[in-house]
Amino acid sequence: MLKFKQYYRVKSLEEAYELNQKKSNVVLGGMLWLKLQRRTVGGVIDLSDLGLDQIMETEEAFTIGAMVSLRDLEQHEGLRAYLGEALHESLRHIVGVQFRNVATVGGSIFGRFGFSDVLTLFLALDAKVKFYHAGEMPLSVYASAAPLDKELKNDILEAVILPKHVEAVAYRSVRNSETDFPVLTCCAAKVNGVYRVSVGARPMRAAYTADLTDMLKDGITPETAAAFGKWVSEQFATGSNVRASADYRKKMIAVLTKRNVMELAETEKAVHAQTAAVQTKGGQA
Amino acid sequence: MELKFTLNEVPRVVEISADTLLLDLLRSMKCYSVKRGCETGNCGLCTVFVDERPVLSCSTLAARVEGRSVVTLEGLREEAEEYGAYIADEGAEQCGFCNPGLMMNAIALYRENPEATDDEIKEYLAGNLCRCSGYEGQLRGIRSYLEFKKGEVRHE
Repeated sequence: MLKFKQYYRVKSLEEAYELNQKKSNVVLGGMLWLKLQRRTVGGVIDLSDLGLDQIMETEEAFTIGAMVSLRDLEQHEGLRAYLGEALHESLRHIVGVQFRNVATVGGSIFGRFGFSDVLTLFLALDAKVKFYHAGEMPLSVYASAAPLDKELKNDILEAVILPKHVEAVAYRSVRNSETDFPVLTCCAAKVNGVYRVSVGARPMRAAYTADLTDMLKDGITPETAAAFGKWVSEQFATGSNVRASADYRKKMIAVLTKRNVMELAETEKAVHAQTAAVQTKGGQA
Repeated sequence: MELKFTLNEVPRVVEISADTLLLDLLRSMKCYSVKRGCETGNCGLCTVFVDERPVLSCSTLAARVEGRSVVTLEGLREEAEEYGAYIADEGAEQCGFCNPGLMMNAIALYRENPEATDDEIKEYLAGNLCRCSGYEGQLRGIRSYLEFKKGEVRHE
């Protein structure tokens, strides 16, 4: 159980940052993971009053505040329209609605948890993270930095930024039982014309690879998707734990990637058909 | 530290420790419908509404409800009785320990999506665990409750 004496409800990011320089203080996200730890800390820093619970949409990007709950993320109309079913699929297995009303995007991303569906999703989408002190950086850089240097560890995550470069996205995960931690998470996306695949719960934290093979350049077929899935599975190290073996995970990476890539092909086909219909209609007018 | 919030529509001012969890606070205030279950955020027994949204009180810091409205099952007596009758009709109530959390979330479901399909009901209530029932009776009860609320079925 988490024990502490001080609760700081900060009024500015500067105040949060200053308090977080003290080793004995921790920043609260949803507190779901933190409270499971047997730990005594000096104080906790609550960002609830900083307006970081908003999702802002511009023509170029979505800016998702660190204190946005996973439920708000799941229900945001702009994001749902932009990411389609993948957004819902990546979040709906995370325990229940009551849990997702408490869990935050920032808590999931900052912790870089191995089991994080959220990290897997945003890594494939080539999102960025914005820190109060360190500024913006690609999420892939933050996710692969190990271990976190003191500067980042003591920084305040403000937001996740999702540039609108996503052409198609598909998400799948495997769980031994509903609402459990995932055995494997996998997201494939076409971003700026490049296929990207992220894999999490390996059980190590999520990592991504971009398509370096050109296997899919002449079109996605069941054969090229399967070959690509096999190639992707070779790019990631996997491990064993109580949920699954490393070998099983390796095989499932190939399967989930293939299925995701086939779904991307369907999405692209639908978009092309829609564009063609609009052009035909425009021509007739 | 001092905490001001509204509990079941009554303004309250209480003294708490910085690390008090909402579950402990509510039970200390005699809201015994709020059950202590897994305490790991998985079972849904401790579900309450904070500003009308269902949350896990075992994982919510009491200090975070400063200025907000908290509702427990004690504050939803009429709706709870109505819903409880449908659960009982389907024989879905066995030991009953999970019922308060399930009721809270089923009421939240109704408020958010009164037209919920079976799949949506299952998904919404995935965070409410029951060790006795197997969920089928509960699903039937919730379905009947939603139908009743739509005015399609009259409870006798």
